[in-house]
Amino acid sequence: MPHQVMGEALDVRRAGSYFVLSLTAPGISEDARPGQFVTVAIGGLESSMLLRRAFAIHRVQSRGVYGGTLEIAVSPHGLGSRWLTERRRHDQLSIVGPLGKPFSIPSRRVSCVLVGGGYGSAPLFMLAEHLRDNGCRVDVLIGASTEEKLFGVLDLKRLSSSITVTTEDGSSGETGRVTDRLAELIDRSSADIVYACGPMGMLSAISAITAKRRVFTQCSVEESMACGIGVCMTCVLPVIGDDGVTRMVRSCVEGPTMRGDRVRWADVGTIPADAWGAAEAP
Amino acid sequence: MTRAIIGYGGTDRGPVGARADMTTDLAGIELPSPILTASGCAASGKELDAYFDITAIGGVITKSIMLKPRAGRATPRMAETPSGMLNSIGLQGPGIEAFIEEDLAWLESRGARTIVSIAGETVDEYGKLAQKLRNVGGFEALEVNISCPNVDDRGLVFACNPDSAAAVIQAVRRNSDGRTPIFAKLSPDVTSIVEIAESVVRAGAAGVTLINTLLGMVIDTGTMRPALAGLTGGLSGPAIRPVAVRCIFQVRQAFPSLPIIGAGGVRTGNDALEFLLAGASAVSVGTSIFNDPSAPMRIHDELARLVAERGFARVSDIVGHAHRERDAIVTEAQADPVESPEGAPASDPDDELSAWDFVRE
Repeated sequence: MPHQVMGEALDVRRAGSYFVLSLTAPGISEDARPGQFVTVAIGGLESSMLLRRAFAIHRVQSRGVYGGTLEIAVSPHGLGSRWLTERRRHDQLSIVGPLGKPFSIPSRRVSCVLVGGGYGSAPLFMLAEHLRDNGCRVDVLIGASTEEKLFGVLDLKRLSSSITVTTEDGSSGETGRVTDRLAELIDRSSADIVYACGPMGMLSAISAITAKRRVFTQCSVEESMACGIGVCMTCVLPVIGDDGVTRMVRSCVEGPTMRGDRVRWADVGTIPADAWGAAEAP
Repeated sequence: MTRAIIGYGGTDRGPVGARADMTTDLAGIELPSPILTASGCAASGKELDAYFDITAIGGVITKSIMLKPRAGRATPRMAETPSGMLNSIGLQGPGIEAFIEEDLAWLESRGARTIVSIAGETVDEYGKLAQKLRNVGGFEALEVNISCPNVDDRGLVFACNPDSAAAVIQAVRRNSDGRTPIFAKLSPDVTSIVEIAESVVRAGAAGVTLINTLLGMVIDTGTMRPALAGLTGGLSGPAIRPVAVRCIFQVRQAFPSLPIIGAGGVRTGNDALEFLLAGASAVSVGTSIFNDPSAPMRIHDELARLVAERGFARVSDIVGHAHRERDAIVTEAQADPVESPEGAPASDPDDELSAWDFVRE
C-alpha cells in the first residue's frame, strides 16, 4: 500500500553528472522493495510545476537517527529535477510511494546479471543486496556514454561477484556499450536471470540478446508519467499478456518492471494495429 | 486496509475550526459533499481509495467510457505546461461491458456515489451507451462527454455545435430511464457557452458540467516537433481555472436554477469556493489529483472551513453568492450590518466585511 507523506531533505550530494538526494520518508522506506519508485512534488501547492517527478528508489534505511530514510538519484536535466537538486537540509518534500511492481526475486539460488545504463544502475543496488542475501550470484554490467555518467561503480563492486564497466568514449572501463559485453557475461556466469534498467533503446537491445539465449529478463522501463499511481493513462506501452494479446499497459502500476520478452520494444510510442482496442483499419 | 496519510503529504491539517454542513443537492441527488473527482483523472476510483476514503467525498465521476474497448492514442500523451498540462490520451478504456462488470460493480460494492461519464463517436453510440446502463443501476447520474477534443471524428466535436450537442443529449435521454439526471459536459472552446448550455437543457439535460479541457499544443524546441504524438491535446490544471469560473458565472447568470458541476484547475478549498460563488452546486477535482492524490479530501476539508468562516452554516447557501445584488455601502457613521445570510451569526460588521473581502494570498 502506498503512502503519501511529507519528508525532509537530509542531504544532496553530487555523483558524477547526477545528484543523490537523501530524504526522510516514514513508512515508504520500510515498505519499499527493489525496483519500486517514489514520486516527489516540485514545490508546494502554489507551484506552477504540477506534475510529480518519478524516481527509482536507490537505497533505503528503515532504522536510523531519522527513522525511515531513502535515497534517489536525480539527473538535473529539467526545471523540476534541477529544483530538487537545489534542496537544502530540512527542506520539506511531498513524497508518494512505494509505487509500481518490484522486481521478481527468484526463490532459488541462481546466477543473476544486473545491467544498468547511466543512472539506471540506481535501483540495482537494493536488488543486488536482496539477491545476495538470498544466496544468488550477482554479476554487474554498467555502462554510459562517458565516465561522468556512470553511477555507483565502487558500491556496486562491493555488492557483486564481478563488475564490468563500459563507456562509449572509453573514458572508463571498456570502450563500447553494455550490449557488446552482455552475451559473454551471460555465458561466463551461466546466468539464469538478467535484470536491466536504463534507456529504452538499451532495454530493447538487451531483451533481443537474452531472448536468443533464452534467459529470463526483467526490465525496469522508463516512460514519462503524469500521476504515477495508475489513474492518468499517460505512461502506457504495448505489452503482450499471458493470453498472447497485446495491451497498452500502464508502466506505473503494471510496471515499471516488465518481462523483456513481453514488451513490444519496436512498437513503443505507437498503438500496434493488433493491440486490444486499437482503431479498426480504415 | 491501511490507508495513506491524508493531506499534501503532511499532518499539517491545522486546528479544527467550525465546519459548514457539506450536504449538497445536485439535480435531486443528495451528496455528502460538493467535491467530486473529475472524469479522466480518477480512473474508476479504485486507485485513489488507497489515498483517501472515496466514500467520504461527494462522489466519483468515472473516466469517459465508450462502447468498445479502446487502446487510445500513441505516446507521448502528455506535456507539462505552466500551471497545467496537455493530454492526448484518446479515451483509452475497457469498453462499456467490462466497465459495468468490473469498475461499476466495484464502486457499488465500495459504497461510493458514482456519476458515469460516457463518450461516443456518433449520436447512435451515445444512445446505445445509455441503453446499456439503463437497467444496470449502481450510479447516481450520467455525465455526457460531448466535448472531448481528443477524439478524431472527422474533426467534429459535438460540443461546439448547438444542434449536435442537443442531438446527443436527446439520444441519451430517450435511451435512459428518465429518472437518472443527465449532465452535459461542455467545451469552453465555443463562441457562446450560454448558447450551447441552452441547447442541451432544451434537449433534456438536468444540468451541465463546466468545463472540459481547452484545446492546446506544445512544440518541443529541442526536437523542433510537436511534443504530443497526437499533435494537439486538452489543456487542464490551474491555468484554465479563470476560464471555468467565467463559464460557470455566465451560465448561472442565464439559468439561475440550472445545476452546475464546476471543473477546471481546482487545487484548493479556496478554488472550490470560487466555483461555488460563481454558481456551481458541485465541484470536481481533476488534474490536481496528479499532483496530490488525496486532493479531493483535502479540498473538501478546506472548503468546509472556508464556508463556515464566511458565516454560512451550509455549503449550499453559498452557491451563486457572487451573483447577489450590490452589498449595502457601509459608512463609518451608519454601521448597519452588511447583507447577512440567513442563519449566519450576528457579528461585528467590520468582521463580516473583512471576511467577505477575503483576498487570495
